[in-house]
Amino acid sequence: MISFQLNGQPVTTDAAPDTPLLWVIRDLFQLKGSKFGCGMGLCGACTMHLDGEAVRTCVLPIAAIAGKQITTIEGLSPEGSLHKVQQAWIDHSVAQCGYCQSGQIMSAAALLANNSNPSDSEIDQAMQGNICRCGTYPRIKQAIKDAASELNSSVSYYEPDNTPLRHSQEAIS
Amino acid sequence: MSEMTTSRRSFLKLISAAGGGLVMGVPLSGCASNITARSHEPGEYHHDAFLQITPSSAIHFYMPRSEMGQGIYHGLTTLIAEELNTSPELITVHNAPAGDAFANPAYGVQATGGSTSMKQHFLPLRQTAANARAALLNAASKKLGEPVDQLSLIDGKIVTRSSTKPAEYPFGDFVEQANQLPTPKDTPLKPASQFRFIGKDRPRIDGQLKSTGQAKFGIDADFPGLKRAAVKLCPVHGGQVKNYDDSQAKTMAGVLQVVNFGQGVAVIADHYWQAKQAVAQLQIEWQMPELAKISTAELQQTLKQTLSDEEGQEARKVGDGRTALSKSAKTFAAEYWAPYIAHATMEPMNCTVHLQEQRCDVWVGSQAPQAAQATVAQIVGLDREQVEVHSMFLGGGFGRRSNLDYIEQAAVIAKLSGLPVQLVWSREDDMQNDYYRPASLAHFEAGINDQGKLEVLSAKRAGPNVMPYTLEEFVPTVAPQFLAGNLAKWAGKQTHGLMKNWVVDESSVEGLVDDYQVANKECRHITVDPGLTTGAWRAVGHSFSAFFIESFMDEIAHGSNQDPLQFRLDHSQHDPRFTRTLQLAAEKANWGSAQHPGAAQGIAVHSSFDSVSAQVAEVTVENGKINIHRIVCAIDCGTVVNPDIVIAQMESCINFGLTAALYSQIDLVNGAVQQSNFHDYPMLRMTEAPTIEVHIVPSNEPPTGVGEPGLPPVAPAVANAIFAATGKRLRSLPLTLG
Repeated sequence: MISFQLNGQPVTTDAAPDTPLLWVIRDLFQLKGSKFGCGMGLCGACTMHLDGEAVRTCVLPIAAIAGKQITTIEGLSPEGSLHKVQQAWIDHSVAQCGYCQSGQIMSAAALLANNSNPSDSEIDQAMQGNICRCGTYPRIKQAIKDAASELNSSVSYYEPDNTPLRHSQEAIS
Repeated sequence: MSEMTTSRRSFLKLISAAGGGLVMGVPLSGCASNITARSHEPGEYHHDAFLQITPSSAIHFYMPRSEMGQGIYHGLTTLIAEELNTSPELITVHNAPAGDAFANPAYGVQATGGSTSMKQHFLPLRQTAANARAALLNAASKKLGEPVDQLSLIDGKIVTRSSTKPAEYPFGDFVEQANQLPTPKDTPLKPASQFRFIGKDRPRIDGQLKSTGQAKFGIDADFPGLKRAAVKLCPVHGGQVKNYDDSQAKTMAGVLQVVNFGQGVAVIADHYWQAKQAVAQLQIEWQMPELAKISTAELQQTLKQTLSDEEGQEARKVGDGRTALSKSAKTFAAEYWAPYIAHATMEPMNCTVHLQEQRCDVWVGSQAPQAAQATVAQIVGLDREQVEVHSMFLGGGFGRRSNLDYIEQAAVIAKLSGLPVQLVWSREDDMQNDYYRPASLAHFEAGINDQGKLEVLSAKRAGPNVMPYTLEEFVPTVAPQFLAGNLAKWAGKQTHGLMKNWVVDESSVEGLVDDYQVANKECRHITVDPGLTTGAWRAVGHSFSAFFIESFMDEIAHGSNQDPLQFRLDHSQHDPRFTRTLQLAAEKANWGSAQHPGAAQGIAVHSSFDSVSAQVAEVTVENGKINIHRIVCAIDCGTVVNPDIVIAQMESCINFGLTAALYSQIDLVNGAVQQSNFHDYPMLRMTEAPTIEVHIVPSNEPPTGVGEPGLPPVAPAVANAIFAATGKRLRSLPLTLG
């Protein structure tokens, strides 16, 4: 049994210790926002935060996360609100197919948490592990810059937007 | 069994809704099954259609096309929004299930591709919504006793303008009345001068779902009891399982079943990782197909020999064709190569199938949901209307998800195992079992007169075709249901011979010699197919033909001391859209003077999918490394519904095209694809992505393609810039400086 914090809640799993975190999150905890892309840590679609740092979870065995804090796209901002990075993504219509974007957003949010005013080359470096097959890189970069300036102009460091989620999707089953 | 007819494809009708919901659009015939009906409110009329308005004023829109990134989910909703005069965000969008009602008018079947969606739906969907608007206004007029010209409809409300009692009423108040009145037809559409949404930028309505992890892709389908399948497929595509040993795999934790489905062996487990681990323990002996004799190292040589030995079939001929070469003042010849390449969508192929008594549910992201329905029905032995396709968002399509192989595989595994099962391919499965863009070798010849004007342009291409592999899958699914499975399959296979011997596959030659006006033109084709499955890859034939012709045009211009821009303009005066687009790109890029310090410029232009795109690339070369700094792109795609989405699609086409131009190559060794994942089939990443500037040619013409036409010019623009920078002419993709 391995215990860790998932989006602020203590959780326990009996999955085999070599199981990659991605599959524990997707199959067992039923959080589908983090995606499977390559299984080799090459594309970044599975990116989550491990104690605040962006990590590729398709190659991260759960044995390595006992006692740690894991944040997924679902836990990036409090329920019903948006992180500044998410708001910037929506404002710039960054997402096309959207499959890689949870991972892109998690990488960007981790970057801004550590560096609230990244340079172009710092953005490149932080985002280099995330592939977007639709080629949304110009908008990703612009959205990160806008989110950074929003964060810098905010009174408090973390102040989630209260925009209600306005578009729902039909349940899938 | 019910019969479907296709004659009502364009037949728009208002359906009386017994329960109070107003339903607009193309009705399904008697084959509409109960399982595809959606209920939004109690007592509502159930039927498939594009548009439903409920008594509580909810607007439901059934999205007939598949959203794979191109923005059609937003684009088509914008059309409905415009004619209902209601913000797109107030419309609830549902990805349509499989059904005749949702056919793409371009193909007569439910398929998304060929950059056709906006072109095909621009007027019909607006007409549907305009008729609904008229129905609601007529009903409100009757119920309120106000003349209809004193009523307007805005953001979900009917507003009365009368000075005595101005008021607002929700739409839903008039739905019941609307159902009792005659069906409005041919309601005048909004004039462009009154557009609130069409032609305006607006953030995509799927942006929030896709920025919060809430968008549901095929791989996200889940329900209690669902099991996961991983597979081991033959390393050579088309091989069959001869023997296998699953003794080790079966002992592993979570493993429920091992299933031999012929093309491979599946392990079904409680969770994906368990299935994946167990698959690695399978020992399989394969019956290898003919393809196992093929290695692509020699393919280019074989095609070269074929081009010189064989005449090929005529695809185009103008004037005297290539025989006019003998009269030219100066002649040019060159050969260009494009390898097999893979789609590599970010979401690997996957499909979820739940087979029950007299019913089957399929969750899949597909460019062809109706074909998916038909093929699953055939495999599991049900009627088509007993199979419900739950259309999910596509984690990239680019043509790959128009094929049915992964859907068939999931259906077979579900049937053999008797379990509700989600099949998920690994990246390696996906890379090695694609429907690849076909390898192509083309020989070009041209002759100019003593004024430097082209008199002859000739191209001959050798390589595999795409269409037979597509038809092989599609013919059985569009064949009448009473046609026995094997007969339908036989009919599908006949297209291989047909295209080899009788008919040139248009996608093998499209764009090779079409853009320029030349007195004598010729295009010939020779089919050489080693048997690796091929498919539509973003922009299809144009994706390689533009590299060939636009490199060749550049060679002729430089070889006759002419400016590459002016040379193109001189030969395209018959096509004002083409020249306007080319000039716009050149002007915005400041042709002749690169913005990036030390960079060289290259230009290219190409017509495809009824649109034209021209691009100027700015490139430097350092120690053999190609750096792409800036791409300036012009696009003429007719009337624009959302300029920002057009810009986004150009950015996407360019970056997708750059991956292919710089990196992509699939190699076969003894029939086995050598590339497996992103380390040996790399993708463009953020550091390599150039600055992109997009300029849209203003137009009031009907909308044309956007998802693909931005791709063809980028590879030749870059190759031409490399020539300008280094004097080296690169005639093979991917572009590398040795």
